Amino acid sequence: MTGYVVRRLLIMLLMLLLLSLAVFVLFSLLPADVARLTCGKACSPEVIEANRVRLGLDKPVIEQYWIFLKSIFVGRTYPESGGPGSLTCEAPCLGYSFLQKAPVLELIADRLPVTIWLSLGAFILFMVTGMTTGVLAALRRGRWEDRSIMGVSLLGYSLPSFFLGLVVLFFIVIRWQWLPYPSYVSPFEDPVQFLQTMILPWIVLAILYAAFYTRLTRSQMLETLGNDYIRTARAKGLPERTVVGKHALRAGLTPIVTAAGLDLAGLLGGAIITESVFSLPGIGSLAVSSVINPDLPVLVGVTLLAAFFIIVANLIVDLLYAAIDPRVRMG
Amino acid sequence: MSEPILSVQDLRVTFPTEDGLVRAVNGVSFDLYAGKTLAIVGESGSGKSVTAQAIMGLISRRAAQITGKAVFQGQDVVTMPDRQLYRLRGAKISMIFQDPMSSLHPYYRIGAQLVEAVRAHQQVSKAQAREQAIEMLRMVGIPAAERRVDDYPHQLSGGMRQRVMIAMALINSPSLLIADEPTTALDVTVQASILDLIAQIQQTHDTAIIMITHDLGVVADVADDVIVMYGGSVVESAPVAEIFAAPQMPYTLGLLASIPRLDRDPDLRLDPIPGNPPSLISPPPGCAFNPRCGYSRLVPDDRCQQELPELLAVTADHRVRCHIPATDREQLAREALASLATAPVGGEG
Repeated sequence: MTGYVVRRLLIMLLMLLLLSLAVFVLFSLLPADVARLTCGKACSPEVIEANRVRLGLDKPVIEQYWIFLKSIFVGRTYPESGGPGSLTCEAPCLGYSFLQKAPVLELIADRLPVTIWLSLGAFILFMVTGMTTGVLAALRRGRWEDRSIMGVSLLGYSLPSFFLGLVVLFFIVIRWQWLPYPSYVSPFEDPVQFLQTMILPWIVLAILYAAFYTRLTRSQMLETLGNDYIRTARAKGLPERTVVGKHALRAGLTPIVTAAGLDLAGLLGGAIITESVFSLPGIGSLAVSSVINPDLPVLVGVTLLAAFFIIVANLIVDLLYAAIDPRVRMG
Repeated sequence: MSEPILSVQDLRVTFPTEDGLVRAVNGVSFDLYAGKTLAIVGESGSGKSVTAQAIMGLISRRAAQITGKAVFQGQDVVTMPDRQLYRLRGAKISMIFQDPMSSLHPYYRIGAQLVEAVRAHQQVSKAQAREQAIEMLRMVGIPAAERRVDDYPHQLSGGMRQRVMIAMALINSPSLLIADEPTTALDVTVQASILDLIAQIQQTHDTAIIMITHDLGVVADVADDVIVMYGGSVVESAPVAEIFAAPQMPYTLGLLASIPRLDRDPDLRLDPIPGNPPSLISPPPGCAFNPRCGYSRLVPDDRCQQELPELLAVTADHRVRCHIPATDREQLAREALASLATAPVGGEG
């Protein structure tokens, strides 16, 4: 088991390395000229060229990548030669945004808590709702409870998030004014305003995702309830509640865990549309602004962060498999 | 004789499906006494497993209509509320299933699964339940039971898993054990040891057993009484000796003829019963076995095609559902048994 974890961690590092290379090369191929973007309209070719050297953009892409990698561990200064007016980006350095005049990592660190709060809240909400309604639907298969749950979830499943978000915002905040206009504060600063801001995006995300988990849980339950060992559990005299809630649910958990891990990772990488609709200053809106402006160093950083979450989630999901299924652990 | 431990009267199980009503069990009746073994024999789809599951209360009342009675120790299982059923199942009536590979939960240690069975019915601590589990595993012949109790099902062989299933079924000392083809999925040598184990336990605990099988060899080994089912109905019932010595129903004869025997000419082909089991949705009119029975010419006026024969007593404990006149049936049985007995022995023929 320990060997397995170590092996997986090494593979994870390798994947991150390859991924960062791919992202770096991909973005350097974009037609946008970062050096040109560093100064405004009144910009002479001399200034652009000076900035190019200052940012190290005059070097070949591979060398730029090497400097980028190195700076994660030792930091870097712009320009490399140092001197008066030089900028330092301390390790771990993911690059420097000359548009926002801040290290990329700092920008990300500012935004990350918002995204984490948003993701975790929504995640808990949709997992609990989705799995509960899914189990309920499976237990009442074919009856009105099942049909109504499935009907509602199909509706939730088919709504686009920008539409649902805007409708909710329009009616609850603007038309009926049940909640103030969303404006993010840290929960440690003003818990009430925090909740007032987060509750709608949580619900919007939860509706979109819960629908999927309802359907997945229901189909998993129906599949496992047909197994011989479920009949054995019933034959032991266990009440139906235990048979379904323990024996059947555990057996059907694997695909649910897989989907949940990747969904959480996806959300942590930035719920772009929901964050934009509710003007939450999270990773998603950072990504959007860095595309529009465009701010390439930030874009590279945000992309790497999202990929990092996905890779880590994959690892955690695989470890959870082993925790759930002894055959994985021992095979 | 004393009161039967289980008395089944006119048990019927019908599943409504989109294609029509599936009449899986059509009026099964029998009595079973403590310490006795009843074998229920028949092809796939004859209704034997459904009968057993109905007696366990394992058939969802939402999915099926169940009528008739199955009175176990004075209580009718068919109309019993779920709460009472939970108390009965696994405690007083237990069941062993056909496939030990898939009948244990793959994610839980066998000890945990046994402990769960104990604690569903006894107010004991986990440690005490675990002691009972180890004791029971030892009794069913699991070597190093105190270590094996922490194994997962996939770490055990098929025979060992079936022993675990038996341990689980017997851990609360039930008065009735239903074994649904307990040896079908196992190697022949393992089969014999599992049957021995069940017989031993029956002797020490005076357990009543319903043995469901399609293997007449198993029947000859373990049964006291035999019920032959066909198309959801009982077509013949008798004590085991009588079934083998004086079978009356052509279907029973067919089953006997299709047993492979070591003392028969290996070149001689087995005599399978021609045709397929009847549809349970629209059974043939008259006798359900008629389309596959070669002897309806012995019955005048096409009665086999038109009229369902009744299950009638031939002797006090031998009943048969057949239109063929009694003298002709006996003649058929004599001929059939003689041809089985005189089949050439050895490989020279």
